[in-house]
Amino acid sequence: MEIAPLSIGDYSLQSRLIMGTGGITDLSALEKALVQSGTTLTTVAMRRYSPDTKTSVFSMLERLGIDVLPNTAGCYTVKDTVLTAELAREALETDLIKVEVIADEHTLLPDVIETLEATEQLVDRGFTPLVYTSDDPAVALRLEQAGAAAVMPLGAPIGTGLGILNPHNIELICSRAGVPVVLDAGIGAASQAALAIELGCSAVLVASAVTRAQDPTAMAEAMRLAVEAGLHSARAGRIPKREHALASSPAEGIINPLEDLT
Amino acid sequence: MTSVRINDSDVELPDQASVVDAVAHTTGRELTSAGAPVDGGRLGVAVALDGEVVPRSRWAVTELSAGQDLEIVTAVQGG
Repeated sequence: MEIAPLSIGDYSLQSRLIMGTGGITDLSALEKALVQSGTTLTTVAMRRYSPDTKTSVFSMLERLGIDVLPNTAGCYTVKDTVLTAELAREALETDLIKVEVIADEHTLLPDVIETLEATEQLVDRGFTPLVYTSDDPAVALRLEQAGAAAVMPLGAPIGTGLGILNPHNIELICSRAGVPVVLDAGIGAASQAALAIELGCSAVLVASAVTRAQDPTAMAEAMRLAVEAGLHSARAGRIPKREHALASSPAEGIINPLEDLT
Repeated sequence: MTSVRINDSDVELPDQASVVDAVAHTTGRELTSAGAPVDGGRLGVAVALDGEVVPRSRWAVTELSAGQDLEIVTAVQGG
């Protein structure tokens, strides 16, 4: 099956598996996982330059030919988010920005009020915002109306690996969206990445699930295959759900029919 | 000498130092006046001066004065 590139604003996404780079200290292990995942777009965070940054993740991604998706992780307000995005655009020469405005450090849940305002301002400034948000279908629509190039609802809180806690909401978001939906946060196992695509998501973003797995390279491959399986499954058209069984074997010609047993 | 704050540390730079000089000092790389590394490649660094982004094209012409606050940032690992 040919998997077409996904248009996110003016950007053409080749692989439907977007990767994160956090949660792993061994850069060579990260590199192996990224290569195995087949990803073509990978997130980075923006932080103060320190001398240790010299062999940076940025130069590694550049060497691997993987595009960077800077995020605004750590921002709590519109002002910080816009400044971080401007710095990212200047440093990395990309209009893509993963908008991430969190409400508090304990839940890391998105502050959707600040997120909406930040999205509007970033659109005005010419960014292509991919917006991390809650799994609220009403908020997802508002973000799209504000100019989000993609909406990225969480399956579960960041780093929990709890999977997709409200599949119905994710499905509803996807069914009404006019922009790509990327499942972001919460995935722990490959089956959950496949489910995200089956529910209608166009792509999946995975970070901790791979980088904190016991074998990141093996999990990266599992995620790649799961996303591909999900795309096949979604395209194949699943059977409708039924309340009662429906035999697939013929009802005629059964030996020892039930009435003979009485 | 001019004393400025770079990433929350006091740094002494020569008088009439520009943003290019501050970035070269912090990253330890030799830069052209256009803000590109002399040894090639991309720098991957951005600068905010007193909370406002200074585009790379203006690094060389933006002179620093004492007490100014610079943030010099780059990409790091993150989700």
